[in-house]
Amino acid sequence: MMFAPAPYLLKDVSVSKVMTQVCLALLPGIAAYVWLIGPAILIQLLLASLTALLAEGLMLRLQGKPLGLFLADGSAIVTAWLIALAFPPLAPWWLIVTGTAFAIVVAKQLYGGLGQNPFNPAMIAFAVCIVAFPALMSQWPPAGLDASFIEQCKVIFGFSPRLDALSGATPLDAMKTGLKLAEGTSSVSHLMANSEIYGQLAGRGWEWVATGYLIGGLWMWHRKLISWHVPTAFIGAILAISGALWVYDPSQFASPIFHLLSGGSMLGAFFIATDPVSGCTTPRGKLIFAAGAGLLAYIIRVFGGYPDGVAFAVLLLNLCAPVIDLLTQPAIFGMKDKS
Amino acid sequence: MLMNLFKFKGGVKPPTNKTQSLTLPIAQAPLPSRLIVPLHQSIGGMPQPVVQAGDKVLKGQLIGEADGWISSAVHAPTSGTVLEVAMHVQPHPSGLDAMCVVIEPDGKDEWITRETLDYKALKPEEVRERLQQAGVVGLGGAVFPTHGKLTASKTVEMEEMVINGAECEPFITCDDLLMRERAEEVVRGIGIFRDLLQPKKVLIGIEDNKPEAAAAMRAAVDALGESFLVVPVPTLYPAGGAKQLIRVLTGKEVPASKRSTDLGVQCFNVATAYTAWRAIAHGEPVVSRLVTLTGNVGEPRNYEVLIGTPMDELLALAGPKPDTDGIVMGGPMMGFMVPNGSAPVVKATNCLIAHSTKLFPPKAPEMPCIRCGSCAEACPHELQPFEMYWFSRAKNFGKTQEYHIFDCIECGCCSFVCPSRIPLVQYFRFAKSEIWAREREKKAADTAKTRFEFKQLREEREKAEKAEKLAKAAAAQAAKKAAEAAAAAAVSAESAGTEQAASVASTEAPTQTVAVDAEKEAKKAAIAAAMARAKAQREAVQPKNTEALTAAQQHAIDDIESRRSVLAPESQDAAAPGSEKAE
Repeated sequence: MMFAPAPYLLKDVSVSKVMTQVCLALLPGIAAYVWLIGPAILIQLLLASLTALLAEGLMLRLQGKPLGLFLADGSAIVTAWLIALAFPPLAPWWLIVTGTAFAIVVAKQLYGGLGQNPFNPAMIAFAVCIVAFPALMSQWPPAGLDASFIEQCKVIFGFSPRLDALSGATPLDAMKTGLKLAEGTSSVSHLMANSEIYGQLAGRGWEWVATGYLIGGLWMWHRKLISWHVPTAFIGAILAISGALWVYDPSQFASPIFHLLSGGSMLGAFFIATDPVSGCTTPRGKLIFAAGAGLLAYIIRVFGGYPDGVAFAVLLLNLCAPVIDLLTQPAIFGMKDKS
Repeated sequence: MLMNLFKFKGGVKPPTNKTQSLTLPIAQAPLPSRLIVPLHQSIGGMPQPVVQAGDKVLKGQLIGEADGWISSAVHAPTSGTVLEVAMHVQPHPSGLDAMCVVIEPDGKDEWITRETLDYKALKPEEVRERLQQAGVVGLGGAVFPTHGKLTASKTVEMEEMVINGAECEPFITCDDLLMRERAEEVVRGIGIFRDLLQPKKVLIGIEDNKPEAAAAMRAAVDALGESFLVVPVPTLYPAGGAKQLIRVLTGKEVPASKRSTDLGVQCFNVATAYTAWRAIAHGEPVVSRLVTLTGNVGEPRNYEVLIGTPMDELLALAGPKPDTDGIVMGGPMMGFMVPNGSAPVVKATNCLIAHSTKLFPPKAPEMPCIRCGSCAEACPHELQPFEMYWFSRAKNFGKTQEYHIFDCIECGCCSFVCPSRIPLVQYFRFAKSEIWAREREKKAADTAKTRFEFKQLREEREKAEKAEKLAKAAAAQAAKKAAEAAAAAAVSAESAGTEQAASVASTEAPTQTVAVDAEKEAKKAAIAAAMARAKAQREAVQPKNTEALTAAQQHAIDDIESRRSVLAPESQDAAAPGSEKAE
């Protein structure tokens, strides 16, 4: 007879509960998204979720793994939601389906499934699509888009070709190209004052979506789903480099607040760089990992060729995670003094 | 009384479930139908049985003699008859049987004559000897023979003695009730340890969820005029682990590679102190202990139980509910399901929990590790359990050791918090046992190699000795012959006066000059003998050139021989042994 091993008492936790809470933490950001940019994101969330479950199910079946157990773990849904929130909301339906399928099939399941992927699957989807379809991936609608839900659906499903009328460059991208094209003559304040895509602090509407992610992230930290290390180091790194350059030349470099509330900063700080599977696990490793990602994200978005750098920054740091972990092993109980 | 407490990292807060068994005072468990007393109840050598089937024994009578320094004696828990000394199932996760003395009680519970002693009149080594003879071992669960811990390090001063009354495992309350009801004797027992170890401070750590126990202990300390400090420690599992309690009370961290005495600390459980006092002052060896009966039972309670009581018989006292499907010995965090209800209560049995799937629901299926790091956060030894898990699973045991797997105290905190429901501790036990097995194999291989090499060496030595012996014998023989020859030569030289014969004899058998250097001569003779043998051997295998001669050659030889015999007819006899030798 086999006996269950101790401990007999177990904390009431499970992978699916963890994943469910991550999804819950995304809700404030999603709510702000829907409120300010329109309900199209809900279509994209649905598309991504269905694709993820389908792709996951198919891959599990092929590997002969128990379907119900792994589909219910919620990890595919979290990946799907992060992809949906990272992709332009009015992108055609097949773009998000392609991206999500690639993330689940290649970036996750081909590496061995849950817990085995060396790269953040959602960021792989973003990176693959922005390289393959750069134009589609950088067309973002402005806040307060006065297009009805039906109209947005038509755009997504290809019945209405008026994409250009509905969307344009992201606030980050517009800032970069604006400053580059009119070198020396244009300034950050001028651009922000003269374009309707900017609000008080950053991109109009997007600043509130980012705040929503911040609230969700703080809740996750409160629930001990994430530790303080990653968000603090990520935000700290962006603050430090953007602050230094902003102090150096406020006309050519946007403020730290602008950078924190634009693009994927908040999503990255709380939901992407915190992915335990592909990130670092030691406390010091987490700090190095997140600081590196924040720094790279800023450099790519300001000096690089892509509108936002969070995805590439996180992926590049994913590469370094194992070695960072190895070099930052904490001393154990009773072995702290190295005398 | 204010004391600076330290924290240990990690730890978890499982529901304590202690109140159930605290409502009633300690009760005496009745005599069971029979007692199965395992001989091996402590760490160290296996005690040897000193009774056999049919023997009458008294309560407290020695039935198993300590085997070596780290070993502890075992005694009859009550008076009665030894039924058999046989293998019986043990309360051990392996489910293996072990040698036990089975006693049928006679119902009189008649003690041996108990010697009461004033330990202060005894030498320290006598006190330790008595503790060993009384079977006093660590009753916190590790059952390390107590006398083995009562010698202070010669190089490091004993700073603190920590007395463990933390009892951090959920459900268990036996130490709590012991301290509440028998505080004075516990404190007196601590006094014995203090006198042996001479620490500067004695700290009694009790988790702050046991205020009554702490109050009782404090009162006892005051009543006895001792200077022990009773310190409430925060309730956090595993605060009752010796290393964690030492950390909390002294700030010292004892790694796996060191003994606590190296850091000037030693730790004892309260129940151990109690039994030490009973053993020394009342002459009562350890034949019973307090056991918490709890879990899926109608009336959870603490009982004073004779060692050897069958568990199912004992648990019946608390009224297990019908859906009980097993017995967990120890707490729910580190305990284990006993393989069989007939397993006996041993010195390590602090608690029996009636198991039911309602009380402890079956675990959810194991999911892959998502590296969430919860285990590392919960680990009180600040290990990286998920890394050790990964390498244990991959059977990369070298790596598990790089991640300090042997510092794992198997407290179960990591398994408790794992969202993927991975039985981490099981993996670590597996890795440790594999490493031990390999060490054993390596040791066995090394021993075999040494043995083989020794055998080779011995064979060579024997060969050499044999050759030497033979040579000596031959030399003796040769010397004897040489002496005879010399004597003969001397005689013949005298009689014939032939110079030639004398010279032949003197060169070939120089013993003529006699006795003075007889030894030297013997050696020389030995060498000559050896050379002769070698030549003989060579000739045995090599064809002689005197074989298969042609007629002409034979004729020539005969010719020479005839001339020789003409030339020296007398010397023939004398030269014979010499020429024999020279050949």
